[in-house]
Amino acid sequence: MARLTINGKTLEVNVNPSTPLLWAIREQVGLTGTKYGCGIAQCGACTVHLDGAAVRSCVMPVAAAEGKRITTIEGLASGGVLHKVQKAWLDKEVPQCGYCQSGMIMAVAALLKDTPKPSDAEIDARITNICRCGTFQQVREAIHAAAKA
Amino acid sequence: MITKTPNLNRRSFVIGSATVGAGLALGLKIPFGASVVRAQDGSPEVTAWVVIRPDDTVVIRIARSEMGQGTLTGLAQLVAEELECDWSKVKTEYPTPGQSVKRKRVWGDFSTGGSRGIRDSHQYVREGGATARIMLIQAAANTWNVPASECSAVNSVITHRPSGRKTTYGKVAEAAAKLTPPEKPALKDPTEWKLIGKSVKRLDTMDKLSGAQVYGTDLKLPGMLNATIKDCPVFGGKVKSYEAAKVTGMPGVRHVVKVGDSAVAVVADTWWQAKTALDALPIVWDEGPNATVSSATIAEMLKEGLSAEQAFVGNQNGDAKAAIASAAKKIEAVYAYPFQNHAPMEPMNATAKYTPDRCEVWGPTQNGEAAFAATMAASGLPADKCEVYKVHLGGGFGRRVAYQDYITQAVLIAKQIPGTPVKLLWTREEDMLHGRYHPVMQCKLVGALDGSNNLTGLHMRLSGQSILSAVRPEALQQGKDPLVFQGLNPGGDFAIGYSVPNLLIDHAMRNTHVPPGFWRGVNINQNAIFLECFMDEMAHAAGQDPLEFRRKLMSKHPKHLAVLNAVADRAGWGKPAPRGVYRGLAQMMSFASYVAACAEISVSSGDKVKIHRIVAATDPGYAVNPGQIERQVAGSFVYGLSALFMEECTVKDGHIEQTNFNVYDSMRIAQMPKVETIIMPSGGFWGGVGEPTICVAAPAVLNAFFAATGKRLRTVPLKNHGITLV
Repeated sequence: MARLTINGKTLEVNVNPSTPLLWAIREQVGLTGTKYGCGIAQCGACTVHLDGAAVRSCVMPVAAAEGKRITTIEGLASGGVLHKVQKAWLDKEVPQCGYCQSGMIMAVAALLKDTPKPSDAEIDARITNICRCGTFQQVREAIHAAAKA
Repeated sequence: MITKTPNLNRRSFVIGSATVGAGLALGLKIPFGASVVRAQDGSPEVTAWVVIRPDDTVVIRIARSEMGQGTLTGLAQLVAEELECDWSKVKTEYPTPGQSVKRKRVWGDFSTGGSRGIRDSHQYVREGGATARIMLIQAAANTWNVPASECSAVNSVITHRPSGRKTTYGKVAEAAAKLTPPEKPALKDPTEWKLIGKSVKRLDTMDKLSGAQVYGTDLKLPGMLNATIKDCPVFGGKVKSYEAAKVTGMPGVRHVVKVGDSAVAVVADTWWQAKTALDALPIVWDEGPNATVSSATIAEMLKEGLSAEQAFVGNQNGDAKAAIASAAKKIEAVYAYPFQNHAPMEPMNATAKYTPDRCEVWGPTQNGEAAFAATMAASGLPADKCEVYKVHLGGGFGRRVAYQDYITQAVLIAKQIPGTPVKLLWTREEDMLHGRYHPVMQCKLVGALDGSNNLTGLHMRLSGQSILSAVRPEALQQGKDPLVFQGLNPGGDFAIGYSVPNLLIDHAMRNTHVPPGFWRGVNINQNAIFLECFMDEMAHAAGQDPLEFRRKLMSKHPKHLAVLNAVADRAGWGKPAPRGVYRGLAQMMSFASYVAACAEISVSSGDKVKIHRIVAATDPGYAVNPGQIERQVAGSFVYGLSALFMEECTVKDGHIEQTNFNVYDSMRIAQMPKVETIIMPSGGFWGGVGEPTICVAAPAVLNAFFAATGKRLRTVPLKNHGITLV
């Protein structure tokens, strides 16, 4: 059993404490916006926020997330209003297949929280998610647009 | 191992060659009559492509699969252009392959590969829209008792011009659906297009921002179990034995099943439980004779092909060998291209439910009809007892088009647990070990220059794998795989852009046990490196500027030349580049589009490459959605440059060595060059967009690398030369 606070709600999750947070979120909680890509923290498709910081949930045991605020892509918008990163993503039409974009958006939202006006170098250092469709040009444009919003 | 699209029983399901390749050759008679065909919500179908709801919502049917390339939006634009409907009220839906079979393939080809979504279906989808418009106008005219010629439609509103009376599509759709459709509707002249050529926004963005988009991996069905699988790591090997008892007591585990003769799957309540148990399951493999194969033995086999007597001729004029024999100067080089995995972000998966009376599959497939055929074959049920529901793809890149192996596996598992839906999801490791890889190829090129440094002859000998031999051997032409010569053909959609007085391009087919697949760009990726880098080599040997050297050979290829000139002009070829920056060029004709690139790079410490800018031009004939084309061009360079710098699947003891992104890397945003796209549609033809530009990325960068360092790199990936992309 684990007690998780996800997107503002606290729930008991019946799961082995060593289960990766990703799979608890997807299979026990039922939020499937957070994706499985590699399982070894390489691709970033599983990125969620833990107390506001971006983490790769595929290698984090669920026990390590207990007592912390977990935010997933489903919890990023508030009260039906898109987060500024989502808004910029919509304006710049960033996603192609979209599979990596939940993780990409979560990584960028965390970046803008502590670095509101990131330089290109800061973007390069902090955003390391893989996108096989190759949306990076639009991702960069959208990050700068969101920073100005 | 399941490597092939199952063969179809022609009696039960005639889809012929459409499972993997060739364009649709069947007539598309739309079955109309007095009885109205209805969508699931009861709304009438005006044509098979267009359903109109009473509230004026227009539902456009899309047979091809959306996997990020934007075909859903582009195809909807084509239908809507002729339909004259309100674009803001357009929605899309996938018809199912089962419905398609019942209705004599009314939606044509479902296969989504070869950049054919728009270029192969533009005619009939526009006719579907035009037919519906004519019927809707006729229905309104009938209501008003006026000639249809006095009525016109704009934005889903029909107006009787003399009286000014108006109605909407939603109001007359029911009556329109009962009318007899016109035989051959006239289509608009391109000068009349309002929606085609416009960068309207994609129709499928919103759900990808909120986590709401359901991919195959996200599917949930009542009572569903989760599975994961291990296939014999050596292709062609089998399961010898496994000790199910060691894992059946583990949490959540419900079943341990053999899948075909080469794989074992664990089925559990959750996927993580299934994976944990499968990791713990002792399996003994019978690896078979392929266990002795390695990258070195494959390379040796290909090397032999470079000088073999026997080869299939793909393009020939004059006498290349004689020209080479009498050359004033002879230039020779050998290039090589490795196996590469598609590695879409979403690993292979499918969900199946089987009962003796019905088999249903939900899956992210690039070819609904091939998935349907695979479902029939694996379930043993006839067409009328099978159905496939397409689910959004987390990337495809060709992995999910010619092979439906993951669908077959899901059905074979579900068949052992009748009545229970089972979702099969591969681990990334399984995905890396059981890809359908970019074919491996070597190429020896010999060029001949005369005393005035004119190119007089070129022999290009390819040696390596044939994709068609593996996926569609019936399409071979007396043993020859014509797809091997993409970009090198005398004409057609993949025509070479140079006139060489004496030319010979041939292929020594050397197949391996590693299954090849269509990989975004397919064979043109390596052919572009071979041809365009060697063009550069010959230009330098001739002491000429690479652009001028090419231009002299391109006077009979004006469209090839136009895109090359466009990138050269925009990049400022011939003018000084910024200090430390070097340029390289490449051009090809690819999937019926003309493409070119100029790369600007700098090299530090001899091995760190920074790509500052790539200017890319494409002439796709008609550009349906320029905004999306721009994104496809930029994205294709990420795929192509990842392949150039980082990607190789090596073979050891018969199996692929790379198991995940830590050893099979992919470009990150820090490495992304600025891509400037020039879209220059010259009209009169429909070229592809998703794949064409990928092929010019690598040779443009390699030629720039030579300009910067004087070093010619002839094997991919560049990481093997100690070179990194920074």
